[in-house]
Amino acid sequence: MAEAHPVGFQWVMEAKARGATVIHVDPRFTRTSALADLHVPLRAGSDIAFLGGLINYVLQHELEFREYVAAYTNAAAILREDFQDTEDLDGLFSGYDPEQGKYDETTWQYEGVEVTAAAGQRQSPKPGASGASVGAESGQDSDAEEHEQGASEQSGSGGIPVGGKPRRDETLQHPRCVFQVLKRHYARYTPEMVHEVCGIEPQLFLKVAEALTSNSGRERTSAFVYSVGWTHHTVGVQYIRAASVLQALLGNMGRPGGGILALRGHASIQGSTDIPTLYNILPGYIPMPHAREDASFDDFIAEAAGSVGYWGNMKKYAVSLLKAWWGDAAQPENDFCFGYLPRLTGDHSSYQTVAQQIQGTVPGYFLVGENPAVGHANAKMARLGLANLEWLVVRDLQLIESATFWESGPEIETGELTTEGIGTEVFFLPAAAHVEKDGSFTNTQRLLQWHSQAVEPPGDCRSDLWFYFHLGRLIREKLAGSTDPRDRPILDLTWDYPTHGPLAEPSAHGVLREISGTGPDGTAVDGYTALKDDGSTSCGCWIYSGVFADEVNQANRKKPHLEQDLVAAEWGWAWPMNRRILYNRASADPDGKPWSERKKYVYWDEDAGRWSGPDVPDFQATKRPDHVPPEGAEAEDALGGTDPFIMQGDGKAWLFVPAGLADGPMPTHYEPAESPVPNPLYSRQANPSRKELRGAWNRANPAMSDAFPFVVTTYRLTEHHTAGGMSRTLEYLAELQPEFFCEVSPQLAAERGLEHLGWATLVSTRSAIEARVLVTERMRPLRVAGREVHQIGLPYHWGKNGITTGDSANDLLGVVMDPNVHIQESKVATCDIRPGRRPRGPELVEFVEGYRRRAGVASGRLGPNGRAPIEERS
Amino acid sequence: MTTISSASAAFTGEDPGNRLFGPVPDVTGDRGYADDHPARVGFFTDTSVCIGCKACEVACKEWNLLPMDDAEGTVDALGLTGASYDNTGMLGANSWRHVAFVEQSRAVDLPMPTVGLPGAAGGQRPLEDPPVVHPQVPASATTAEQSAPLQTSSGDREIRWLMSSDVCKHCTHAACLDVCPTGSLFRTEFGTVVVQEDICNGCGYCVPACPYGVIDQRQDDGRVFKCTLCYDRLTDGLQPACASACPTESIQFGDLDALQARADERLAALQAKGVEGARLYGRDETDGVGGAGAFFLLLDEPEVYGLPPDPVVTTRDLPAMWKSVGAGAAMVLGLVASAFVGRRR
Repeated sequence: MAEAHPVGFQWVMEAKARGATVIHVDPRFTRTSALADLHVPLRAGSDIAFLGGLINYVLQHELEFREYVAAYTNAAAILREDFQDTEDLDGLFSGYDPEQGKYDETTWQYEGVEVTAAAGQRQSPKPGASGASVGAESGQDSDAEEHEQGASEQSGSGGIPVGGKPRRDETLQHPRCVFQVLKRHYARYTPEMVHEVCGIEPQLFLKVAEALTSNSGRERTSAFVYSVGWTHHTVGVQYIRAASVLQALLGNMGRPGGGILALRGHASIQGSTDIPTLYNILPGYIPMPHAREDASFDDFIAEAAGSVGYWGNMKKYAVSLLKAWWGDAAQPENDFCFGYLPRLTGDHSSYQTVAQQIQGTVPGYFLVGENPAVGHANAKMARLGLANLEWLVVRDLQLIESATFWESGPEIETGELTTEGIGTEVFFLPAAAHVEKDGSFTNTQRLLQWHSQAVEPPGDCRSDLWFYFHLGRLIREKLAGSTDPRDRPILDLTWDYPTHGPLAEPSAHGVLREISGTGPDGTAVDGYTALKDDGSTSCGCWIYSGVFADEVNQANRKKPHLEQDLVAAEWGWAWPMNRRILYNRASADPDGKPWSERKKYVYWDEDAGRWSGPDVPDFQATKRPDHVPPEGAEAEDALGGTDPFIMQGDGKAWLFVPAGLADGPMPTHYEPAESPVPNPLYSRQANPSRKELRGAWNRANPAMSDAFPFVVTTYRLTEHHTAGGMSRTLEYLAELQPEFFCEVSPQLAAERGLEHLGWATLVSTRSAIEARVLVTERMRPLRVAGREVHQIGLPYHWGKNGITTGDSANDLLGVVMDPNVHIQESKVATCDIRPGRRPRGPELVEFVEGYRRRAGVASGRLGPNGRAPIEERS
Repeated sequence: MTTISSASAAFTGEDPGNRLFGPVPDVTGDRGYADDHPARVGFFTDTSVCIGCKACEVACKEWNLLPMDDAEGTVDALGLTGASYDNTGMLGANSWRHVAFVEQSRAVDLPMPTVGLPGAAGGQRPLEDPPVVHPQVPASATTAEQSAPLQTSSGDREIRWLMSSDVCKHCTHAACLDVCPTGSLFRTEFGTVVVQEDICNGCGYCVPACPYGVIDQRQDDGRVFKCTLCYDRLTDGLQPACASACPTESIQFGDLDALQARADERLAALQAKGVEGARLYGRDETDGVGGAGAFFLLLDEPEVYGLPPDPVVTTRDLPAMWKSVGAGAAMVLGLVASAFVGRRR
């Protein structure tokens, strides 16, 4: 966190100054480790074994926060008799289809509860079926560096639509209740097993376990902070799930000082998930409709309509969104222009699209603040994709490698591509920086903070808002008068933002106001509870509703913290409804009393007849703690007074996910797709439902391959920013980390003859790259499964352009993905390392091909212009 | 030409006002500023919370428009040093802040520091027996000085990574200023030491005079440059760029008195936690430079960070030198005089 989020790390340091214990779990000893109380080095890709070990420690020693667990989690729910665990099936849950590599989740359900989502439709869960909750605490919107993330074809967020309350055993003794199932599932995750899998000494593991458990409970809370070190795995969602299970058991959710905090990769990546740049969700985590299943608006909202929790209001949110986009054209008679929305026809996630580009089936592509030619896993594959487009628009602050691949990309040097052979027409349109435009950032805490323009952008640089507004304006002018029905969605758009200044910059305030929403009288609404499904309200993103309440830009509030209480509710604005801690009803006990005076936050005020406290209650304000919902109640009204997790269908935190996850209801340790060691827990080596993309452009290193004996992990340095476009191009940053390097332990250096500051060549089945060598004891071999495992560290910032240049670490990595969100496993792979520089030109291709042969991997030779077919799963 | 007043302490050897050495309560007033001059300001750099982000280096270069340079100070050059994450190398004409990265390790598996639960009332469980003293471990800089909060175990090797942002010390007795023949270097009303680049003639006397090796000539220019403590920002009521940019308040700017008090408190707090290696550097007004305007909290010996352990203002010995010179001159004069006397006879 100190490395990649130094500004946020100031608060960790502040907590430390106030007495917090800081534990850093990371394969490498980083700048974060240097400031932590305890550094726990573990093998990259083994975190579920570590977290599972902690879960087991809690359960074996009965250290769970029992009252919290019994009341606020689904621990008491009883599962079906035909559910089988990975312990029963040697690494598989019941319902696995080996042909498809997918699960049918029917047997994961609660006993006797009818589940709306039909079996076999897993790939299109509706809101309420993704198994993740909205917000920074969820895994659903877990990080995507540079928008790499995809998701299941459709996914919203929220709880499963539970068709009735599950049968419960409040004593948690029933052998099929979630609590007991969980206990059995993790029983083998002992400190010794953690040692075996992760390389963490039991003594050290126990220190972490004791520190965490003794700092959790009524009086104390602990928080987990993660970033892409957890999400960039084939089991990334399950990493977050494991932390969720642990935090729910310890009672650390919805309470001050608790939570699971996702640090995002860019300044407003949270914002670009909320109002998404993702293909499969609409603003506010409303799913993108599917071409076949969502023929009508009624079909689209049908599942959500009957569900419990706030997702039961999806129709209100969706109608208000359609009204925001199509205004007067959106009427009840035409389903509010629902037909205008684009439809999904399959997996259009980022890497799938790149594979399609290589096939020549994607004509055009926009790259906005993204540099896949350096920043995407298997960057070579990304470049091949770009080389097979008809046109490419690159909007960036600098002339990045993704705009120059056609003249200076590595494949030009190897001869796999030629400049003459590439037909892609590249339009580079320089972008304005944040000080050159108005706008908001949404940070990891869901806090919107406004920034105002300080200077006009130089030259041709323009803001994204300017670019899209005027692009839309020009397209609409060209289409004006068209009678073609397919042009109606564009012609009917509300595209009337006021502009100002010499560049005709659209008003960012006006856009934020549209996002926040307006009521029947055209004035700003106070929040999403004011939204209606009859078309009388308009709202561009329901979770942001209220950010313009009282016609005031609430994100622009900058009252100093010294003039406010510790919640600082008047600094910026947090979605939803300016709540600073989600699910904060859980900060009080079932009776509504604070769990302890020390951790008092939101509580039931009997005299006032409402929930009270320094934060906005994340609960219906006047719903009594002893409230029992009447039969037939819907949406939030169907939640009881002790159901704090209001986005879930059952109002509970899930220790076990009965529906919505592609790879199992409980996190289970699988080895990374590329691992030098066998899985000590199951004969299933890697996640059986991981998503692969096969082709000559994306070969995989076999597990336990002698050709690729070392673990490699990629990361960022404080001095540079992601793919380097914003840092390698600047003198003051380039000089601070002036060359691409790899970090190796003294032991590995000795074993492979690597010299400090010398050159090393790193090889995988994708490519070979060269880097300067930094030998440091901060890298340390781990003893795992009876052998020494070496880990190599690679910062991934470098490319061909800029002041400091070098090979791209991402050329080494392949693409293999998490099945839930389609994020690549870039935090762990295997490679070989040898001293000296890599071969040049066509020799490089032969060199890597030789490695492929030795590893028994199919050829990586490409066809004309880098094309090669997508290969089906064999 | 340098002139020495007959009243100069250097000339007379009398230095009752500590004008060359020793504590000076009001260094600004001592330089002739009126009584209502601003309080002396400075930096307190608390290295125990430095995260090595180098924001101070970048902010300094941005504000002061310094050129990119490599670790040798070569302008418009880049280079990997291999010295951990430090590619700045040292303070110089083009780098007025320098973050040092010191990787330390030792080949023993010490018991982990007790993970304290400060303030935990009920339910507190000690995690480990009190730390065991290993008599076989040599008391090197990396052992006895280990600070509990910074200790980290990775099994058979104990690793510590120290980071520290160095800067001009703005000495109470600034030798650079004392030897400057042009008046380019001067004491500001804030008690800081600033070089005026439009007056500097590039003589370079100040370079060897600095006991820390801070002030430096720009290679293609000849003039000297160093931290001004953002004199231009101070005059506009702003704090220095580095302190503004520091995310963890490792670099604190303020009135020197207040900083010293804060540093004393911080040191006491760390020592109370058993951080035995913690010490203040440049805080002591009786040290060789009369105390520094920019001082540090270190977690190890100064040498570990590349700082001189006992810096002494190079003009301290001027009285003695002038005395010797005077004695020699008197002797020569005497000899010459005696020769004449002898001839007359």
